[in-house]
Order: sequence, then structure tokens, then C-alpha cells
Amino acid sequence: MPDRVLPPRHPALLPVLIAGVLIAAVASLGLGPVPLSADRVLAALAGHGDRIAGAILYELRVPRTIIGLLVGAMLGLAGAVLQGYLRNPLAEPSVLGASNAAALGAVAAIYFGIAEWHVALLPLLAIAAGLIALVLLFALAGQAESPLTLILAGIAVSTLAGAGISLALNLSSNPFAAMEIMAWLLGSIENRAMSHVWIALPCVAIGAALLLVDARALDALSLGEDGARSLGVDLARTRRRLLFGLAIGVGGAVAVSGSIGFVGLIVPHLIRPFTDRSPSAVLLPSLLGGAILLTAADILVRLIPTANELKLGVVTAFLGVPVFIVHLLRERRLW
Amino acid sequence: MVTIAIDRLSAGFGRTPVLHEISATLQPGALIGVIGPNGAGKSTLLRAILGLVPPLHGTVTINGCDVARLPPRDMARTLAYLPQGQILHWPLAVERLVALGRLPHLGPMSRLGTADRAAIEAAMRRADVIHLAGRIATELSGGERARVMLARALAVGAGGLAVDEPLAALDPGHQIDVMDLLAREARAGALVIAVLHDLTMTARYCDRLLLIDGGRLVADGPPADVLTVDRLRDVYGIAGHVDLSAERPIVVALDRAPRRD
Repeated sequence: MPDRVLPPRHPALLPVLIAGVLIAAVASLGLGPVPLSADRVLAALAGHGDRIAGAILYELRVPRTIIGLLVGAMLGLAGAVLQGYLRNPLAEPSVLGASNAAALGAVAAIYFGIAEWHVALLPLLAIAAGLIALVLLFALAGQAESPLTLILAGIAVSTLAGAGISLALNLSSNPFAAMEIMAWLLGSIENRAMSHVWIALPCVAIGAALLLVDARALDALSLGEDGARSLGVDLARTRRRLLFGLAIGVGGAVAVSGSIGFVGLIVPHLIRPFTDRSPSAVLLPSLLGGAILLTAADILVRLIPTANELKLGVVTAFLGVPVFIVHLLRERRLW
Repeated sequence: MVTIAIDRLSAGFGRTPVLHEISATLQPGALIGVIGPNGAGKSTLLRAILGLVPPLHGTVTINGCDVARLPPRDMARTLAYLPQGQILHWPLAVERLVALGRLPHLGPMSRLGTADRAAIEAAMRRADVIHLAGRIATELSGGERARVMLARALAVGAGGLAVDEPLAALDPGHQIDVMDLLAREARAGALVIAVLHDLTMTARYCDRLLLIDGGRLVADGPPADVLTVDRLRDVYGIAGHVDLSAERPIVVALDRAPRRD
């Protein structure tokens, strides 16, 4: 019998994804408007390369690559966790309002000119707004354990934050500020510095840790709230951890990248067919898959020759939807 | 071995009690049927026993421990629960689904061990679903799915089993299969509590019945004492045909009959 038990995922899935992350990272360091050959990248990383290669790598591509991996990983994981927790294949990181609230924080920073004081202020304000939204969400959803209450409360919070963003655009007397807000809302990881990495890294690390702890509880929730509780899951504690993980992790990611849609929704769906479809089996692969997808999209953004560099959020949606539709056609009998 | 003591329990949602002053002691090795009309509070009683509904007054103790203070994992390992109309939110393979029953035994990072796998296999054999192990649970027929869900509850390996309407939507043959299974578990020493609607099945298989009406325990005893024509009229509002003398008892609703209040 022991050998009969099905493995939770395809044995090659994690190795393939890890290789994919490495390839994406290397490609992201080498590719761009100025292509750098592998030996120049390696020489610069080893500390004895030419100055141009060194400058491009350390000033531009290393922070950009790290942020792409971090943000993608966070969005992929958050999507997988939320789909499991809410038992809803439509769930994505923005569904509980965390990303919109974080965006509002960032927009406020631009609108009031706070963002110009220091580069760290915009992301910090975004994270703070994400946490405030979380408190609001708790107050609205109360003690109810039904996922629907939480989704409805999330929609309320998210819509309110969205209205705040629109208000800022509406009232913005300075067209440059409005442009900047718009650009930020489209999502991009262009021109990010190491200071952004130091803001995103701890947030994503804490957020991911909080989200990964409750994998078992997500599996138990396949049987509904009563089913999960009768299997010994403390749902109140699970929810607290998940929401804090989301607010901190997604808040931190959105704070440095702007709103990047679709990665969190689509990655778990792409991963699921290679697993036994239990929520816990999807988490780690979604984290890796999100990192690959976002980094790949970011490379594409750099390579497509357009007058303005395309925004990452635009590309993820354009790339994501066709993939998603194909996937949907193949899988729809299961839903 | 699991013994449950219910002492003057009132419980409900918010402050409106659904259950009023229920007292009973449930001993191991018995199949105990909880019966009563719709809305009588049968499911609430089951959920209160499991600690899923907090008591307003009174206590429930399992093996001497107050359920309200029992850590959730200990509770889960002592009394397995199959909710009414158990839903499954993801298209899991049968084996994965049954394996969920081992969650109360697993540490946060540990994997299924040899003992867990043995328990999963044994549960699938007992519920006669081992041949379905690789199938997707959401694609099974109603009868197969009911047995798979029971296997999930059995895989917990608890001394007690609480099942809410396990016969709902099953054809007569599958009803007999499920009742046989529950009776076997009871004979093997488990305390099995089942919320049931089919009175003939109840009379045939249960060792003891708790009859609930309007949130109160109105009768408690062996089927022959509980299932009387008078009680069927008073509680269910039916004129019933009751034949408990045969080797296989029969209880049939013949007609509506006004309750005597």
C-alpha cells in the first residue's frame, strides 16, 4: 500500500520550476536594451568586469531582477493561498483589498508630494495603507468564518480604496502628478534601486512565511468550515495569519512594483494540473511559477521596441489572458 | 473507547437557544440514532457535542474532559465528524480525500507515515472504496461519494464517529451498505452517533435512539421503546405503521395526523 499513495505533485514539477527561476534570473541579468554576454555578466558579478557592464548590472538589472522575482513569487503564492482559503478559483491577491489599499497609499504619497522626500516613503506608505485596510476588513467581516463574508468585506475595502485613487486622479491639478499616478498604477519594476529591494525583501519573506504555515489548514478547508474544524483546525488563528501575511507580503510587493494583475490569478491554475489539486500542493510551485512568469514578462517588456517602455501590468494581462483561456478550455469539465 | 456525557445542555446561535436542557450519557460500542422532525435541533446537538456550537448552559464532556476546553486537535482525534451533505471544494482523488482524515495526527511539516497510510488503506477497505482510490471524488456517483466521505471520517481512527444524515440521497441498497458499516464500527467498540431520518433503518440498526423535538429530548431508549405510534403522531405529526416484532422491524408513515398538543 505505501507505494500506492499518490504523490502530491508531479515529481519533476519543483526541479523544473527551480531551473526555470534560475534561467529567468540569468536571462533578466543579461537581456535588455543593452545585451550583456554571459562572460561579461559573470566577470562583473565576480567584481572584475568592465565599468559599463558593472554599472548596468548593479545599478539597474540586479535590483530589477530581484524585485521581479520577489514580487512574482509573492503574487503567485498569495493567489494560491487565497484560492485555497476562499475555495474560489477566481480569488487573487487583490480580492481582499490589500493591493488596492496599498496602491492608494502609494498614490497618496505621489499626490501629496511625499514620495519626493525620500525614495522609501512611497513603499512604506503603501504598506501602512495595506495594514489599515486589513484592520477595516476585520472590523467589517467580524467573527464570521464564511468565505463569502470575507469576500464581500474585501470588495467594500477594495472599492473604497479604488474610489480614493480615482479621487486623487480627479483632483490632481498637476498633470505630471496625474501622469505619475497613472504610470504607477499600470505597474512596473523599471528603474528600481537596491533600496526598493530592502523594502520588499523583508515584507515578502514575512508574508510568505505566514502564508506557508497554514498549508494543512487549507487542505482541511476542502471539506468546508465544519469539516476543517472537526479535523482540529483553529480557523480564527488561520485567518489571522493569512490576512496578516497577505497585507504585509502583497502590500510590500505592490509597494515597489505598482499594481500588477493576473499573475496571482493565473499561476495557481497553470500549476494545479501538475499536482493532486489539494491546496497545499499548489503553494510552493505557485511561488516559483509566479517568480518565473513576472520575470519573463519583465524581460519581454524590455525587449519589445516601443517608444515608451511597456508597463509590466499591461503585458502580464495581455500574456495572461490567452494562456488562461486555453487552460480554461482544457479544464472546464472540472469546474 | 469514548464516552460522552451531556449535562443539561442548552445551545444555539446567538442567544436564541435551539437546544434546551438536554442530558444523556453515550457509552462506547453502540450505534446511537438521533431522530426528530426537520428543525428539531438534531444537527445542532451533534455540532454541540463536537464543540462546533458553544453551549449557552450546561456542559458536554468527552471521557471526562469539557469539550469547550479540549484542544481542537485532541477533539479531532477523539471524535470524527461527517457533516450533513459533505461538500468537497476541490476535485481531489479519493485517496487524497481520505488522507485528509489523518490531518489531526500530523505535525505542521511532517508527511504521512506508515501508520497513517495503513489507517487510510484500512478506512478505504472498511468503506469498500479501495477500488476507487485513484478516481476523482467529485466525479463519483452519490452512493460512491457517500462511502468515500465515510472512509475519510473513518481514516481519523477516532474512537467516536458523529455522522449527520449519512443516508441522504442514497438508494435503498446503499442505505443498507452504510448502516451495515456504521453498525460494524459500533460492534468493534466505537461510539457511533448518527442523525437519521429513515425510521425503518433507524429501528433496524440502532441500539439506542435519542428523539428530539423542538430542541428538547423527548425520548431516549431502545428503538422498541421510542418508536411508538403515539410518539410518531406527537412528534412527527404522522399516523404511522410500526411493526417492531419482526426480525427486521418496519416503521412507515401512512398519513398526516394532527399533533395532540
